[in-house]
Amino acid sequence: MSADMIDIKAVRSDFPALNQKVYGKDLIYLDNAATTHKPLSVMDRLVDFYSTINSNVHRGSHYLSTEASIAYEGARESVRKFINAARPDEIIFTGGTTESINLAASSFGRAFVKEGDRILTTLMEHHSNIVPWQRLCGEKGAELKVIPIDDGGNLKIDEFKELITKKTKLVAFTYVSSVLGTVNPVREISRIAHENDIPVLVDGAQAPQHLPVDVRNLDCDFFAFSGHKVYAGTGIGVLYGKKRWLDAMEPYQSGGGMITSVSFESTSYEETPLKFEAGTGNIAGALGLESAIEYLNKIGIEKIAAYEKSLTEYALKKLQEVEGIRIYGSSKERCGVISFNLKGVHHHDLGTVLDKLGIAVRTGKLCAEPLMEYYGISGTVRVSFALYNTKKEVDTLIEGIEKARHVLQAG
Amino acid sequence: MTINEIQDRIIREMIEFEDWMDKYDYLISAGRQLKPIDSSLKNDDNLIGGCQSKVWLEAERKNNKVRFFADSEALITKGILSLLLRIMDNQTPDEIKNADLYFIEETGLQSHLSPVRANGLGAIVKQMKNYFD
Repeated sequence: MSADMIDIKAVRSDFPALNQKVYGKDLIYLDNAATTHKPLSVMDRLVDFYSTINSNVHRGSHYLSTEASIAYEGARESVRKFINAARPDEIIFTGGTTESINLAASSFGRAFVKEGDRILTTLMEHHSNIVPWQRLCGEKGAELKVIPIDDGGNLKIDEFKELITKKTKLVAFTYVSSVLGTVNPVREISRIAHENDIPVLVDGAQAPQHLPVDVRNLDCDFFAFSGHKVYAGTGIGVLYGKKRWLDAMEPYQSGGGMITSVSFESTSYEETPLKFEAGTGNIAGALGLESAIEYLNKIGIEKIAAYEKSLTEYALKKLQEVEGIRIYGSSKERCGVISFNLKGVHHHDLGTVLDKLGIAVRTGKLCAEPLMEYYGISGTVRVSFALYNTKKEVDTLIEGIEKARHVLQAG
Repeated sequence: MTINEIQDRIIREMIEFEDWMDKYDYLISAGRQLKPIDSSLKNDDNLIGGCQSKVWLEAERKNNKVRFFADSEALITKGILSLLLRIMDNQTPDEIKNADLYFIEETGLQSHLSPVRANGLGAIVKQMKNYFD
C-alpha cells in the first residue's frame, strides 16, 4: 500500500490543536511519544457522553445507567478487537500504562512471586516498567534482573536466555523503546519465555499508535497501553491479560463495583474484568478511547505505519547529515522516536531554542535513567512522530537544529 | 552598584529585545562569559536540587561581602546564573538576604521559563539567600 494514501491535509484538519502558533511561530509538535493531540471525534465523544447518557455504569436501574453501561462495554469490545484479544473480559480499563503495570505487578506479584524468585526486565525500559517490579521484588525478597542491550539498542537475546532460571516468574519488557525506537521481537521473547513456562508482560505504550497489535499473535500474557498516546484523552488506559492469569490473580484496588457480596466477615469478588475495576472508572475516557480507535481504523493502522515509516526514515536521513549529531539506537526494526545529542550542546539548551522556534520536543532523561547511564549521558533530545506530522515539519526541525547549533556550539 | 541598580540595568538591556530568540542570544552570551568553576567545586554538596540541568553553587565570605561561584552543564542556565551573579556577587549577606529580585518578572524571564525551569531558578535564588543565613 502506498505511503502517500493518507490525506495529510484532511488529517491535520481533524486536530485543532495543531493549528496554533506558539511564540508567534506555527506549532510543530514532535513530542507525540509523551502524548498525542486529539481528533475532534474524540473530543466530541466526551461532550456527547456528558451531554446525554452521563451516569454510573453497572450500578443503576435506570435508563441512562443502562445506556452508559452498554456504551462502556461496547468500548471494551472495541479495544478487544483493536488488539485482537480473545475475549472482552481480558480487557481491563485502567488510568494508563503506568497503572496497568502497577496492577499487574501488585496482583500477579501477590499471587505468584515469592522470596528468592526472579523477575526479568530490560535495560531499555521506561521507569514505569522498572520501578513497580523493583518494589515488588523488594517486598517479596525476589530479585530483578536486567536483560542487556547492544550499542545499536537491540536486546541481547542470548543473554536473556542465560538469565532464565527455574525461579523466574515473569519477563516484563517494552514493545517499542520510548528512547531508541527499537521494536523488540515480542513473539520471539514470548516463545522463549513460554518454553520455560514463564509469562511475559509487554509495555505497549509506544506501540498501537504506530503498528498493528495482535496480542494473540504476539502471544503475550499481559499487554499495557495508554489512551492518551493513541489519540484519546488522558486518564484512560488498558491492561490486557490472558484470562487464565487474570482469574488466578487477586484484585488490585478494592471497593465498589468489584464485589458480588460484602459482609464484615468476608467479601466475594466479581469476575474479571470488574474485579480489577474498583470504584467508578473513566467512563467518558473509555468512550473517547473507542472513538480514537475508530479514527485509527478509519485511516487504517497499516497505512499509518507505512506513512510514519517513510517519515521516520526521512527524518533519520536528514538528522544524520547534521554536523556533530549522535543518534541513539540504530535498530533495523524501529518506529516512532529518534533520540539524539549534538556535540558540545546540552540537550536542554537545544530543546529550549527549538521551543522558541515553535518546535516541541522532549529533552532530558526521558524517564529512562538506567539507559542514559548505559550511554554515559545526562539526557537526550527526542523527536517523536504521529500520523499528522509531515516531511516539511522535519525540514523545519532540521533548520531549527542548525540554527540552535550555530547559537549554542562553542567557538 | 546596589542590587537594584544592577537589576534595573539588566531590565533596560533585556527589554530592548522584541524577539525571544534575541533574549536567548543575550542569555547565551552571558552564559559564555560566566567564569567556569573549578571541577572540585562540582560536587554533590554544591549541587542544587530541582533543576533540569545540573547547577552547582558555592559561596565564600570575604570582608562582609559574599562571593558566589556557579556553573551549569546547560548554556542558557549558565546565562541565568551569570545574571544572578552579576546582581548578587560581592554584596553583603544582609543585602542578599533581603534582595527583591524583580528583574525575573520584569524581564519576562519568569513567564518564558517553563515552570520546571522557573522552579529551578527559585531554588537557586533560595540557596543564594540562605547561604550565610
